[in-house]
Amino acid sequence: MVQIKRMQQDGTDIIIPVGEIDAASSIELDLTIAKSISEGNTRILIDCTGLEYISSAGLGVFMSYIEEMQDKNIRMVLFGLHHKVANTFNILGLNRLLTIVQTKEEALQAVKA
Amino acid sequence: MRAKAIIRLMFLLTNVTWIALLLSALAVMFSQHAGIPSDIPEWLPRVLLGIFLAGAYLYYKFKLERDELLSFIDLLWRVFATGIVATLVSLILKILEFLPGSSRLTSHFLYQETAYLIIMPLWAGLMMISFTACKRFILYQKTKWSYRFWMIFEYGLLGLWILSALPISLTDRFDKVLLGIFVVLALVLSANTRWVAYLNIRQKLTALTLLFFIIFFHGFLFYTSNTIVNGLYHPETGVVDHREHLLLLTVFLFIIVYSVFSFLVLIFNLPTSSAFEQKLEEVMNFRRISQSIQTEQSEESVYRILLETSVSTVNADAAWLEMKTNNPGVNIYTYGIKEEEARQLSSRLHNKEVKGIFDQSADKTHNLSRYLKGSKFRSVIAAPVKVKDEHAGTLVLLKELADGFNREMKQIAATFANQAGISIENFRLMEEAFQNERYKEELKIARRVQKSLLPRQLEQDTCFEAAAFSESADEVGGDYYDTLRLTDEKVAVIIADVSGKGTTAAFHMSQMKGVFHSLADSSISPEYFMRRANRALAYCLDRGSFISAAYFIIHTRNRMVYYARAGHCPVLYYRAADRKATYLNDEGAALGMVRHAGYDQLIKQNEFSFEPGDLLILYTDGITEARNSAGEEFGFDRLSEQINQLYHLPADAIVQSVIENLYAFTGTKNINDDYTLLVIRFR
Repeated sequence: MVQIKRMQQDGTDIIIPVGEIDAASSIELDLTIAKSISEGNTRILIDCTGLEYISSAGLGVFMSYIEEMQDKNIRMVLFGLHHKVANTFNILGLNRLLTIVQTKEEALQAVKA
Repeated sequence: MRAKAIIRLMFLLTNVTWIALLLSALAVMFSQHAGIPSDIPEWLPRVLLGIFLAGAYLYYKFKLERDELLSFIDLLWRVFATGIVATLVSLILKILEFLPGSSRLTSHFLYQETAYLIIMPLWAGLMMISFTACKRFILYQKTKWSYRFWMIFEYGLLGLWILSALPISLTDRFDKVLLGIFVVLALVLSANTRWVAYLNIRQKLTALTLLFFIIFFHGFLFYTSNTIVNGLYHPETGVVDHREHLLLLTVFLFIIVYSVFSFLVLIFNLPTSSAFEQKLEEVMNFRRISQSIQTEQSEESVYRILLETSVSTVNADAAWLEMKTNNPGVNIYTYGIKEEEARQLSSRLHNKEVKGIFDQSADKTHNLSRYLKGSKFRSVIAAPVKVKDEHAGTLVLLKELADGFNREMKQIAATFANQAGISIENFRLMEEAFQNERYKEELKIARRVQKSLLPRQLEQDTCFEAAAFSESADEVGGDYYDTLRLTDEKVAVIIADVSGKGTTAAFHMSQMKGVFHSLADSSISPEYFMRRANRALAYCLDRGSFISAAYFIIHTRNRMVYYARAGHCPVLYYRAADRKATYLNDEGAALGMVRHAGYDQLIKQNEFSFEPGDLLILYTDGITEARNSAGEEFGFDRLSEQINQLYHLPADAIVQSVIENLYAFTGTKNINDDYTLLVIRFR
């Protein structure tokens, strides 16, 4: 059960998932990121402040874009992760594959670099 | 059983009273004639006749009234047979009178009385069976009012019966009034001739003939009885006399009235009977097609029934049914027309775009002969067969007659097509249900096979014991654990969790098992194992799928554990010296997340030494993420707390307790993810 909003800010596409991402709702996240990429966005922020839970399938979505984004030179930064959600990323080792920061300001900085 | 006994008893009673009646009447008659007082009371024959009538009535009531198998025609045949016997007997007795040399005997009053007492009861018996038959005819599809009238009539007859048996004679006037009332009632009841409508034309003709004879028999017996009794009795001196017997007269009149009425109704119903039969056939056909829902074995047989029933109901000469198939094109089923011709006509009607004919139930019977050129048919109607609200096919009916179909036929065709649609839909649903059942079976097999992929027994050693538990959310799951003895002093242990769950996860899990068994070797370090495993799995995992795993090598001789964790849940280790379980802090990315050599940098090897009493607890996130009804997770803290309390137990007891406590926490055994727990206790 996740609601995903999107907004544009300074040429950066911000994706805001609110709720929980499990196997079923991960498809929605997948579609949203795919759409953002197909629209030609090269700077994507994932605002995780409203994300309460993410399952392995949800993590798989982020993971599946890592190589494509590297190839297309797209930068994706996650920010505002709850402690528990961050822990899930860390356990899987995704923290070393994705750029994860604390605040939106940091994220906007990171995505421009 | 009881009814049978009553029937037999009544048969006996009737015959005995008949003989008694004959003898007593003769005795009374003789003594009257001789002018001496009779030994037998004069009222006895009267009473005996009453008993005789009651016996005959009850006999037929039990024998015929409730016999559901007896059709109307059968019933008439029974009456006819009784009638013919009675008539023949009376005829023989009459003929005897005219035989030469017998006139002295036959003209004797005793012979006449005997003949009367044979003929009259036979006639009375015929009346009773006729009466029972009339009752069934009248009460067929009875209404409240017809039933009430009948009850009044029958109770009235009971009254007459009592009156007739009593030794009182009523005035002539009163007799006539009573008779008049009963005749009126009989006329009212005669309006109930519904049974006629349900006969087909042949049955009607049979019924007419039988009724004619039955009326004749009654008339003949009445006439014969009258002539005998006229010569025998002076008025008011008779021993038993049907002319004075109100009950007999009433029943006789009733039977004659009803028979004549039915006879006329039958005659007038003859011309319309074919239309009625047609309607009845429609109903039967409709029933046939609805029954095909449950009974028929295939869609084809439903098509066949649809064709047959609709053709016979609307009197069509030919028909075809075109059903859409999955591929473009249609399957054609025909009746009375060759498939080739049907296809030709169909494509011609399609090409000329005869509007509505193939997509709606239109009655395009006019001016269509030009489209039907080359065939012998001159009119056509079509009705759509809808399955799940989709136009799945068309029923086309043809007639050689121009303008051969009317509105009603069109409606009938549409109704039949509709019903067939429901049948077909039912079939498809059933088919799907079967299919699902098969899938379920397959999944059960898959579950068995997958269970066999997990080790039945874990490797044990002098310096550790191991126990595990694993369950999946669906039939099959993505959790994997295993042990493998590499050398005398090295044992490999693995736990892995495929992302997602269900069938895909199960396939990847079996790949993981293959990787483990082919790579695990004493010469390969855990770190190297992970790198190789990642390389192997990179090419067979779906996009977005990955496997978190932890691989351990236990050195039993130098009491060390070497391990690498690839994105798996942190290892929980209970150190007996600290009396505390802690999560080991290390790094490593899950398998399949990075599918190039860059992964090599993301995996690290770690090691620790073990002491007796230490516990190595391996688990998948199904355990820590299991939630209770409040949405709260079981969590890392609860798990470590459990171990802190259970540390003194053997490995299998720890596993069992933790799983039990997990169920107690969630309140259910249906945890929404695959979950696995493996405990190694060092010693």
